[in-house]
Parts: sequence; structure tokens; C-alpha cells
Amino acid sequence: MKHLNSLIVGVAVFAVVTAITWGMLSVGDNLRPGVSPFSQDVYQLHNTVLGVVTVIGVLVFTAIFTSVILHSRNKNPVPAKFSHSTKAEIIWTAIPILILVVIAVPATQVLVDMEDTGNADMNIKVTGYQWLWKYDYLEDDISFYSALDRDSNRARQIGSDLKPQDVDNYLLEVNNPLVVPVDTKIRILLTADDVIHSWWVPDLGWKRDAIPGMVNEAWTIIEKEGTYRGQCAELCGKDHGFMPIVVEAVSKQEYNEWVTQQKGITQ
Amino acid sequence: MTDTTLDNHAHQPSGLARWLFSTNHKEIGTLYLIFSLAMFLIGGAMALVIRAELFAPGLHLVNPEFFNQMTTMHALVMIFGAVMPAFVGLANWMVPLMIGAPDMALPRMNNWSFWIMPFAFTLLLATLFMPSGGPASGWTLYPPLSLQGGNSLAFVILAIHLMGISSIMGAINIIATILNMRAPGMTLLRMPMFVWTWLITAFLLIAVMPVLAGAVTMLLTDRFFGTSFFNAAGGGDPVLYQHIFWFFGHPEVYIMILPAFGIVSEIIPTFSRKKLFGYTSMVYATASIAFLSFIVWAHHMFTVGMPLGAALFFMYATMVIAVPTGIKIFNWVSTMWQGSMTFETPMLFALGFVVLFTIGGLSGVMLAIVPADFQYHDTYFVVAHFHYVLVTGAVFAIMASVYYWLPKWTGNMYNETLGKIHFWWSTFWVNVLFFPQHYLGLAGMPRRIPDYAIQFTEFNVISSIGGFAFGIGQLLFVYIVWQCARGGEKATAQVWDGARGLEWTVPSPAPLHTFDTPPDVNEPSLAAHTRGV
Repeated sequence: MKHLNSLIVGVAVFAVVTAITWGMLSVGDNLRPGVSPFSQDVYQLHNTVLGVVTVIGVLVFTAIFTSVILHSRNKNPVPAKFSHSTKAEIIWTAIPILILVVIAVPATQVLVDMEDTGNADMNIKVTGYQWLWKYDYLEDDISFYSALDRDSNRARQIGSDLKPQDVDNYLLEVNNPLVVPVDTKIRILLTADDVIHSWWVPDLGWKRDAIPGMVNEAWTIIEKEGTYRGQCAELCGKDHGFMPIVVEAVSKQEYNEWVTQQKGITQ
Repeated sequence: MTDTTLDNHAHQPSGLARWLFSTNHKEIGTLYLIFSLAMFLIGGAMALVIRAELFAPGLHLVNPEFFNQMTTMHALVMIFGAVMPAFVGLANWMVPLMIGAPDMALPRMNNWSFWIMPFAFTLLLATLFMPSGGPASGWTLYPPLSLQGGNSLAFVILAIHLMGISSIMGAINIIATILNMRAPGMTLLRMPMFVWTWLITAFLLIAVMPVLAGAVTMLLTDRFFGTSFFNAAGGGDPVLYQHIFWFFGHPEVYIMILPAFGIVSEIIPTFSRKKLFGYTSMVYATASIAFLSFIVWAHHMFTVGMPLGAALFFMYATMVIAVPTGIKIFNWVSTMWQGSMTFETPMLFALGFVVLFTIGGLSGVMLAIVPADFQYHDTYFVVAHFHYVLVTGAVFAIMASVYYWLPKWTGNMYNETLGKIHFWWSTFWVNVLFFPQHYLGLAGMPRRIPDYAIQFTEFNVISSIGGFAFGIGQLLFVYIVWQCARGGEKATAQVWDGARGLEWTVPSPAPLHTFDTPPDVNEPSLAAHTRGV
């Protein structure tokens, strides 16, 4: 049994290290850098903190496994008698405090930047409904609803003949995407009509709750053209999993054309 | 009837009446533990429904309404039905034995505390069979969503009230026992760590269970009596509920982990054959964690939108918790250091706890960072985080304690080989179950969704396989406990050669009545079993 234990510990440590390394290498760091200055700050911050906690974890686990190997009854039949060390306790109180301060500084900076919703070039009001989103472009006077696209909706039914695998962007596609210009500071105002929802596009770097009776605000500047997808992130009832968000970031010119076209439709 | 029968405590009814009317701390402890195990299996079955539905993209087994009922009920059953009653059961069994008291201070109230629970959970579980179905708004019952459900909400709220009453009475009983019934010579700073952590936990319970009761009562009146506490249209504030709920909810998290700290602080010294390192700092660390738990609640709700100052305050306060928690982990490692360790099943679970709880603690530090939390919040990253602290944390500690004290309870040794298989099986699969969920969350999968985009498939499949294997493995645990209760190699009073504490001075199985006359802790014969002054 004794040998079995050390064998199992060895195999387990090996398996864990392999699995985590595999996860890191094959999937990479799964949090996305995103496409706004803020999302990239968050990404950096995430990497920093992940790095710090990984190092701490590795050190603690090394100490534990070293002790498990060296201080078993076979190897160390007579246990030591110490049960206190003021010096050690001061050290391992002080060092974590220092580490936390080192993490807190960049975290505070990023948070302060994030709160700066002033000087926006345009304002979009996002309203959460069960179970779709409504977008109001306050300056351009455009307004529309955005709901799960038809194919995803068909494929998600129990016993559907359409397979999720056969739908492009299954559950992450909408009928009317939110079209926005790049390189523009956009203030997003969030509210809801019925229950609490949460508007989340990972590439923008944040999520913010849309709460009935309240208006929340957040901002973004999208630096790269493209389509960015997200989902409602606050449980809002049976179709919570089926109210995606699609943001299409286009050049300013294309955006202006789109605005003209939309107005043509609405008039 | 003669005079002697009046003092004859050994007389007891048999059959059902024995358990219904028992005021004995050991029997009530057993009831709590059996109840907890039953709820663990029911809550686990609900988790398997969730994992089965998430095995592949598309909806296959259950509709989204039922899926939401499962996530909600799984949490309520596991938190209030499995983890909390398990700790109360352990306190019932062990606190009097550890402090040399003959029983709990308030034995009749103790009986009532337990017998409320089956009724509370009958009410709660019955909602699943009602026309409007069970609660489906998540265990946090956030309004306005929770107010949309049918009349079953009233049953859920009543059940929560009953659980709260039970917990408060249990906590009062534990505090009264610890403060009044310690054996002569057992000063507060000579108490075993498990007793200390439970004393602090009991104060947390008394402080926050009424807050939960208030929150759900406001839900009740909003839903059925036309008030508008949380209804914006009537001048209320839905976010107010979240503040009140998490003012309960965060201390609740520590209610579920502090007794686990206490258990591990008993087991690691026993199998390291070395005294607990830094006992006093352990006590202070526990107290600081309890204090901090009252001023960090809003870290559960950073995304509701709060002033910069508030977000910074809650971020810093949350990060500070890492310090006392770190002290505890370092103290456990130092206890092992240069010890003379053996690795029986309780020790394996305790070590598994230290390693895996640390993973949950480290992801907790990540979640404290507000800007990053705007990404992590309400994703599977959070799900992974709190299952590391609650399953490989609280549940592993409970498993460790059962293996550790089972010989004392039953008088028989459990099957060590099966115990070890149970540990390695659980540890392997629990990581297969929860580690990939970190990746899912970072990749952008929200929590509480019954169906997901194709790119999340692989990790969900891995996680579901882990879930089923882990779940099935727990049947082995049930078998081991059942087998041990029925017979086996007889246990000595000491059971574990390195164990210290008054509970090891009474025979195994512990007779129904122990310490009729309190032991004198300063007695030299007890020196090996008590902390020095």
C-alpha cells in the first residue's frame, strides 16, 4: 500500500502537469485580447494575475509534495517537535500583502480608465427583453430589435431535424446585428424592460447588467473591423441561453451608408 | 419505578420513537449526517441531469424551464441540505466529545432543529411536482425574475424560513454548548480547532440567517401582497435585493468552509504525528476571515454598476481575505513539514482538500480583480471556482471527517483499501469535471445556459464524463459507510496513533452517554490528549 501511494502520487502529479500544460498549449490562454483598448488592458491584467497565482500555486504544491515525499513515516520515523515560528508567520503574512499590492495597482488603473464614459462620439441605448435585445442609436435615430436567428432557433428545439453542427455560428447569430463604426468612442447605456439581463461581448472586455428601472453605462472603442459575438450573461428565464449579441464593427464610411439605408427602410 | 430509574439515562425507546424523540447529541448527529448524505445524492442526481443535457450542443433531454429548475434546486439542496447539515451533524457528534461535555446545552431544541429539516426539504422538493414547477431563477432568487414564477415560490420561501430557523437554533445550541459546557481546565485557547471554527461559524449563522429571512420575506410580499421593495415600477430597486442577499451570501460561503478548515486542522496533525503549527494564528485567521466576510459582499455583483469608490473598496477588501487564508494553508504545510506522515484515507482527503482548495482560492484572487471580473463574472470560470472551494473544499473535508471519525461512531474500522480507491477515483474525476470549466469560462461560456455554441463542445464533453464518473464514485462512499456501520475490524479507543483530543479517550463506539462527570483537562493522564496551556 505504501508503494502504491507514492506511485499514485507520482502518476497523479505527472497527469496534472501534463493536462494543464496541454490545456495551456493546445487551447492557449482562452480569454480574448479583444478589440478595444480596454479589453486589451483587461487581457494584460488577466495574464499578470494568472501568472502570479500560478507561481504561488506551484510553490505551495511543491512544498506540499516535497513534504509528502520526504516526511513520510518511512523516511522520517521521528516527527519534529516545532509548532510555532513567529518569524515564518510574519514572512508569510507580509509577502502575500506585498504581492496583493503589486496586483492592486494595475487593477486600480484599469478600473479608473474604465469608468471614464465621458466625451463619447455616439450613444447607443441597449434594452434587454425576454428574450431579445433592442438597440436605440440616440444620435442617428435608428431603433430595432435583435433576436436569435431562425436556423439556430430551429436547431435548438428538442428532436429538431436540423443539427446544431450544421448551423453557422449556432446560438451566436442574430437577425439584426448591432452595426457600429470603428475608432469611435461609443457610450452604451443599458437598461431592461422586464427582468435583469447582462450585455456581454467578450471582445469588448466587459459585461454590464441591464436592469429594469435603472440605466447603466459603459463605453468602448472598437479598433478593428469585424464581427464580435456574445451572449446574455445574467439568468433571465427560460430562453436566457438564446439571446445572443452580435456587433458588426465597420468603417465609418460603411457605417454612414448603413445609417442612410436604415433610414430609407424606416421612412 | 424506583429512584434509580430516574437517573438511568440508558433507558431509551426503540424503533422510530428512538429517532423521533431523541435528545441525544450522538443520535441527532447521526440523523443530520444521514439526512445530509441523502440530500447529497439527490442534489448530485440533479447535477447529473445538468451535465447530461450539456453533454452535446442542442437540447436533448430536458427543456430550458426544467434545466433552470435543476440548476436552482441543485444549489439549494447542496448548500442547505447537504453541506450545512453535514457540518451541524459533525458539530453535534464531536463538539461535546471534544470539550468533555455530556451533551449539547439545549438537547430538546437540538431535536427540533433537526426535525424541521425533513419538513423544509419536503416543501422545497415538492415544488418540482407542482403545476408551476420548482424555482427556476437560480438559488440566489434574484427579482424580478424570481417573482415571475408560479405560486410554488411561496413554498420555497417557507422552506428557506424553516431551514433558517433550524440553522439559527443549531447555532445557538453550539455557542451555548461551547461557552458553557467545556470541561474544567479547557480554556478557550485550549479548544480543538474544529470547536473554534464552529464557534465562529455559529456566530456567522446567527448574524446572517435573519438577513436571508428578511430578503425572502420581501420577495414574498412583493409577489403575493402587492409591495414594491424590488419592483422598479413601484419605486423599488431590484439591486437592493442583491445587496441584502449577498450580505447573507458571502458569510454563508464561509459558513460552508470554516468548519472544513477546522476538520483539516484536526486531521493533518494526527497523521503527521506533529502538533498543529501556529494554533493561535489559526484562531485569529479564522476570526479575521469571518470579520472580512461581512464587508466583501458586493464582489458578487460588480457588474450591476457601482460607483468607482465602492468597486475599489470591495476589490481591496476581497483581496485582503487572501492573507488569512494563505496563513492557514502555510500553517497546514508547516504542520506536515518534518512530520512522520502516513496516508490513510482521512489524510488523503485532507491533503486533497489543501491542494484543490488552494486552486479555488487562487482563482478567487483572480475574481477579486474588478476589471477582470467584468469578463469572468457569470461564466463557467465562476462555476469552476466555487465548485473547487465547495466540492473539493467543503465536501472533501466532510468526507475526510467521516473516514476520520467513523471508527469512533461505529466502533468498526472502515475498509481502508476501498477508502483509498474512493479518494483517488474522486480526486481524479473531480478535476476532469471542474478544471475544464475554467477554460470554458475564459472562452466565453455563460453559466446557467442549457445549450451552448459549438466551440464549447469538447470541454463540456470532458466535464460531463468527469461528472458522471465522480457521481458514480460516491455510491462507493455510501457502500463503505454502510459496510462499516454493519461490522468490520474492531476499532480501539485511540483509533489513530497520532490522534489527540478528548474524543479519543472514550471507547469506540462512543457509548450513548459520555463524560457524565466532566474530565479534568489538567489531569496528567490526559496530557497527551489536550493542548498545553
